[in-house]
Amino acid sequence: MGVKAQDILENIRKDEEERIKSTTVEKDIDVNLDLGNLLAVDSNPLDAIKLRRSKESYLMQLARGNTQLLLNNIWQLETERVEDAVVAKLPDPETRLPREKPIPKSKPPTKWEEYAKVKGIRNRKKGRMVWDDVTKSWKPRWGYQRGNDDTKEWVLEVPKNANPNEDQFEKKMKEKKERVAKNELQRLRNIARRSGKKVPGTGLTNLPNKQQSTQELEATFHQAKRSTASLGRFENNLRNEKPAKNQGKKRKFDPVIMISEKDRQMKIVNEMFKKNPKMDVNKAVNQEINQTTVRKHKPGKNGKGQKGGKKFGGKGKGKKR
Amino acid sequence: MEQGIVKPKTQRHKRILKARLPKVHENDKKSLFIRGGNTSETVTSVLKDLYALKKPNATLFRKRNITRPFENATSIEFLSKMNDASLFMFGSHSKKRPHNLVIGRTFDSQLLDMIELGVENYQSLESVKGNKCALATKPCLVFAGPEFETDDELRRLQSILTDFFRGPVIKNVRLAGLEHVIQFTANDGRVFLRSYRIALKKSGTRIPRIELENMGPNMDLTVRRTHIASDDLYKKACRKPKAAKPKKVKNVSGDIFGTKRGRIHMTSQDLGNLQTRKVKALKRNLSETKSAKKTIKRLKSS
Repeated sequence: MGVKAQDILENIRKDEEERIKSTTVEKDIDVNLDLGNLLAVDSNPLDAIKLRRSKESYLMQLARGNTQLLLNNIWQLETERVEDAVVAKLPDPETRLPREKPIPKSKPPTKWEEYAKVKGIRNRKKGRMVWDDVTKSWKPRWGYQRGNDDTKEWVLEVPKNANPNEDQFEKKMKEKKERVAKNELQRLRNIARRSGKKVPGTGLTNLPNKQQSTQELEATFHQAKRSTASLGRFENNLRNEKPAKNQGKKRKFDPVIMISEKDRQMKIVNEMFKKNPKMDVNKAVNQEINQTTVRKHKPGKNGKGQKGGKKFGGKGKGKKR
Repeated sequence: MEQGIVKPKTQRHKRILKARLPKVHENDKKSLFIRGGNTSETVTSVLKDLYALKKPNATLFRKRNITRPFENATSIEFLSKMNDASLFMFGSHSKKRPHNLVIGRTFDSQLLDMIELGVENYQSLESVKGNKCALATKPCLVFAGPEFETDDELRRLQSILTDFFRGPVIKNVRLAGLEHVIQFTANDGRVFLRSYRIALKKSGTRIPRIELENMGPNMDLTVRRTHIASDDLYKKACRKPKAAKPKKVKNVSGDIFGTKRGRIHMTSQDLGNLQTRKVKALKRNLSETKSAKKTIKRLKSS
């Protein structure tokens, strides 16, 4: 009896070992696991001989080992019971993968939003329904079958000093259309401003906190200067103002009458063959001044005296008397 | 192109545009399966099979698209933008490059990276007899071989394949539902793609023993041309938004052994008001206490 009991115990021990063996996999280098992606990266070197001899069975065996390792780790995770199914909670994926789209940016405020913030204007919620006095019922504020509909009036008053022949209905429609168009234009302008692009007719409309380059500032300055009733003709120049760059030049044409083709050509030829040299007054004066000063400072008694005088003054460069 | 220039005219269009805007927590990537101008039977079958594995988040185009992604990627970018899909697989066949697959991805509807692969020894899903896994199972992915870490192109290929095959990002997984594994083995510049069905067997312990069955599709891939994103662009694409990062918990630290350590900041203590142990001997007016009176009496009597 005693011997048998020992055998049974031995068998149980072997069984236990086999069970544990059946789920354990040994690797020289640890397999990198990313449970969030159900991903295992095995960087152990492959067995080249086995791969050549029996490729499929080797690959399957390799896959079995790695999958067993992966699932062993998944089975260790916290589990839950959801409608007759055991569910494991996966951690967040660790592998860095590129995004599909860039990170969303916050929209910069529109021109109106900026203005409203400065002025402290806040949106008030309006109710969706309004009381319609004509039908004595609540109706939607806008859209189909709206209350207090002013587009469906059958008669309109002609203002006192208006042209009696003017169609007031048409005028009203036109005004509405213009308002819609203006709104659309402003919407597009806001989009252009957001993307930092030029808006035709208005020049740069950068966002307030965006730094402008010197060139952009200069362009804006000259645009502002030109934007008077007299196109900037009577504006004073600033002290260090630079002339506007790339401003459209007025085309100048030669007079069509009075001067003939021959005269024009002759004028050029005469200029070219003129022998007597032209006198540049400025240049001549400058030369004269230069020569006289050189003569004065020729080395001599005077020069020595000056040198000595300088020595007295020492190093100070800003010394003045 | 700045968004919102063209205003949506219907509510449906508005919803679609909103769903396509960049998000902090992104949706699962969709993939396109595109047939080129000329495809072999193998390539068509590869596209079909891989489409079947990826099904809910994928589109297989019926018509051919005559383009060459490595010469001009604009048409791929266009298709990916119109379909809001950032992964693509393009199949073609030519004398120079037989059974050709191009696998790649886009970022911000611009091409990020793509790798051209040649297909050999193809075994389709149909040709392998046996049970298949259920539709839309999230596969387990296994990459084997040291070349995936040493070779630059293969490293990027690993990233692309992970992105392509990982399926939806999920928080919970049904343990019995893990029934598909795809293994990529790199050896001598070749990548062996093998797809197996997992069978969970009893092991006697809580953890099951795993047996695999060949399921298909299987193929051997060779890397041909590659287009890899510049480091700058790749880094930009991998950036994580601040809002998606977990908030840092201040003054609490831990170590690998799982111990949690906290640091507490306190105001300075007023030692004047400190409550100490009351000892009779330390009382101020000693003469008034009972014991003091007793001792005085004793001293007097003696």
